[in-house]
Amino acid sequence: MKDTAESYVTEDGRTIGEVILDLRGITLRFGGVEAIKNISFDIRKGEIRAIIGPNGAGKSSMLNVISGFYNPQEGEVWFRGERRPPMKPYQVARAGVARTFQNIALFEGMTVLDNIMTGRLNDMSAGLLAQAIWKGKAEREEIENRERAERIIDFLEIQHIRKTPVGRLPYGLKKRVELARALVAEPDLLLLDEPMAGMNVEEKEDMSRYILDVNDELGTTIALIEHDMGVVMDLSDRVVVMDYGRKIGDGTPDEVRGNQEVIDAYLGVAHD
Amino acid sequence: MTETAVSIPALLARNARDLGESPAYREKEFGIWQSWTWGEVSEEIEALALGLMDLGLARGDLVVISGRNRPALYWAMVAVQSAGAVPVPIYQDAAVDEIAYQLEHCGAVMAIVGDQEQVDKLQEATSAEGSALRHMVYLDGRGLRKYDHEKLTSYADVQKAGRDARKRLGSELQSRTDALGYDDTCVMLYTSGTTGRPKGVVLSNRNIIETAKASVQFDNLTHREDTLAYLPMAWVGDFIFSIAQAYVAGFCVNCPESPDTMAVDLREIGPTYYFAPPRVFETQLTTVMIRMEDATRIKKALFDYFMAHAKRVGPDILDGREVGGWDRLKYRLGELMVYGPLKNTLGFSRIRVGYTAGEAIGPEIFEFYRGLGINLKQLYGQTEASVFITQQPDNEVRSDTVGVASPGVEIRIDENGEVFYRSPGVFVEYYKNPESTADTKDADGWVATGDAGFFEEGTGHLRIIDRAKDVGKLATGQMFAPKYVENKLKFFPNILEAVVFGAGQDRCVAFLNIDLNAVGNWAERNNIGYGSYQELSQHPKVLEMMRGHVAEVNASVAEDEMLSGCQVHRFVVLHKQLDADDGELTRTQKVRRKVIGEKFEDILDALYGGKDEIYTETEVTYEDGRKGKIKATLNIQDAQVFPVGGAMQEAAE
Repeated sequence: MKDTAESYVTEDGRTIGEVILDLRGITLRFGGVEAIKNISFDIRKGEIRAIIGPNGAGKSSMLNVISGFYNPQEGEVWFRGERRPPMKPYQVARAGVARTFQNIALFEGMTVLDNIMTGRLNDMSAGLLAQAIWKGKAEREEIENRERAERIIDFLEIQHIRKTPVGRLPYGLKKRVELARALVAEPDLLLLDEPMAGMNVEEKEDMSRYILDVNDELGTTIALIEHDMGVVMDLSDRVVVMDYGRKIGDGTPDEVRGNQEVIDAYLGVAHD
Repeated sequence: MTETAVSIPALLARNARDLGESPAYREKEFGIWQSWTWGEVSEEIEALALGLMDLGLARGDLVVISGRNRPALYWAMVAVQSAGAVPVPIYQDAAVDEIAYQLEHCGAVMAIVGDQEQVDKLQEATSAEGSALRHMVYLDGRGLRKYDHEKLTSYADVQKAGRDARKRLGSELQSRTDALGYDDTCVMLYTSGTTGRPKGVVLSNRNIIETAKASVQFDNLTHREDTLAYLPMAWVGDFIFSIAQAYVAGFCVNCPESPDTMAVDLREIGPTYYFAPPRVFETQLTTVMIRMEDATRIKKALFDYFMAHAKRVGPDILDGREVGGWDRLKYRLGELMVYGPLKNTLGFSRIRVGYTAGEAIGPEIFEFYRGLGINLKQLYGQTEASVFITQQPDNEVRSDTVGVASPGVEIRIDENGEVFYRSPGVFVEYYKNPESTADTKDADGWVATGDAGFFEEGTGHLRIIDRAKDVGKLATGQMFAPKYVENKLKFFPNILEAVVFGAGQDRCVAFLNIDLNAVGNWAERNNIGYGSYQELSQHPKVLEMMRGHVAEVNASVAEDEMLSGCQVHRFVVLHKQLDADDGELTRTQKVRRKVIGEKFEDILDALYGGKDEIYTETEVTYEDGRKGKIKATLNIQDAQVFPVGGAMQEAAE
């Protein structure tokens, strides 16, 4: 593993850059329960980083720490070379981190396009009055945001459902719309919480293709949680393995696959 | 029209001069209709042509073009022609081995394709042995960044190189364009081929331009028309409608945003000139009917009332025949309340001329659209004829004929009933295949259509019965015309596809495909649960419905003394949809009777062997080329048959 190298080029020709997010000794407690126990790992620019582990291992909590939803009791979050003070999720989002949710969190009654446009809200600065009379800055911003939204719609090939209310869409498409909403914010770091949960094989293949395309074409750094081991091993550059709030493995898919502790955690082992 | 326009690039130059500011192409991208004028198109095409020459494209080279309908690919065809080379559009959904055969057969040196999928397929098709293909140009670079770009260039980069090379290559391009003659090759198109290997049909500038001129005049098409280009670019019809006629008349070709947005794009554009195979009209009608089933009772009643009225007087009003004042008033009210909004939803508000061809269209479907006041007509054509053989003039439209000879076309019918034609559009030759050329086209230029038909007495309209080689005899000596029966079956919205067998046998049997949309919706409304296509297809209630449909068809077949032997005695509802990827249909969705007969031989044997059910395993090919197996036990059904003639009472049980 290239822990110290400044940057390197992967076998398929992508450049993995410097560390963009560094988590140092993170501990998160809910009352007496330690959900995350002293975990450290980093995410490099341009890579696809997976966090895996059995149910209840603390993966989603970890993602929520990164997105600013939880503030850990101990440890430091370093983002782009600076230590990040405790932040609200919207502040983290403004700083360039976008996410999707394990249980789709879209506005069901709104159209796909409107849902995607909400991903640009953080970048709108026109005042209430300007928005109301639809002049000047408000109009310019809306047009610019619509253009960005349309590029993402094209990228994810969802033109045919642009004006469809989200509530009418099948599950796989909703997931794609959620990805679109996260992407339209043009994040540096994209967090995907189980992007393929509940999908059939074909939908999973499609989603994998889009994740790779996002990473490759848009240059977005991706951290994802996923249960499907096949998907994780195929997609990611490096994998963190968690179990009962601890980190039990960290490395390339091949390294992790060979790690005895990981095998035990996944396949089960007699506890004595 | 000037006499000097003897090639498509010459027509382009004329349009750029005379119609420079009017729209030539539109494409919806990023949610907005982008448009290009003839002047802009001329510049784009010139840049690409120069770029291709910069890549080493020589006079007489062949260039494969593949992808979904996009303006840039249409320009590519004309750019290739401008540089003195020949475009060969191929079906974008063709399988790798089909592409490999076509590439090897035509020896194309370059390819201009839409996206990564096409690049992958062409690379796979040329990977094996020393292929002539030297270079590929792609339009959409997504996913291609990491590919080896030694033999791969983006469309935009080719155009940029072309613009930079204008000084150096401009005069060479001009002289190549000027040198194009009326008898030079305009395009080569592969026929889909219901049997055997596809053949490369060579069409000259004369074929294409004469045909386009005649047909533009026939329907008074002007530069103000709008069409929607959505049918495969490799199909001769699209070449005629979206290139030849568009360049001759100077009208605007609109390209949809994606294959899935057709319905919305159609509504937004509202074409004035429209072509669709019967299947598209059928699907649209089925969708309308399904939605009306779910509408409120008042709306449904209004719809039913006015549609019945439209069916009765609509076609007469369209043809300008005598219709009473009260009926006219009611029709106008209907226009306001039902027809207008419905046409708007379908995207047919502005339609002036609409054509359908390729297969017979059901009379109900035909009457539905004509009743709404849509001037839908039929034409009969072939790749070898540059499409047009016969077509229906305005006000002489019927569902069971294909019209009169197109302008400039001569037709004769030989003693066996086969239809022959001769016209300026008759193809030059099959590429590298003189034997087949000689078999099809005689020394005087007469071409055999392979279809059996006759001229109707009184009207002089041509009626096509069936493929000449499909028309056979039953063991009983009665005439066997499978298509005739299949079409009748397919007119039911619930039946998507039908294949009838019986040549040389004592009676006919049939394979049916259910229409998942129609039957699925019916199942939903009737509380019938099903887990898969296969399960639905074998549901007892569905089989009962199919028995009813087959019985109705039999009753109507029995009325015709000559064809009464074609009644379907036994049938089976297939467990899979017939698919071009499995070789069961051609790329233009026509059934390959022989392939199907061989593939499902076990089922066919069971039909004739008197069994009640049959277990079968079928190999299927997925879109990405992987193969799988589906297993099913199919119920074989007996159908009610009728004595010859006058069986209607029984049928209406």
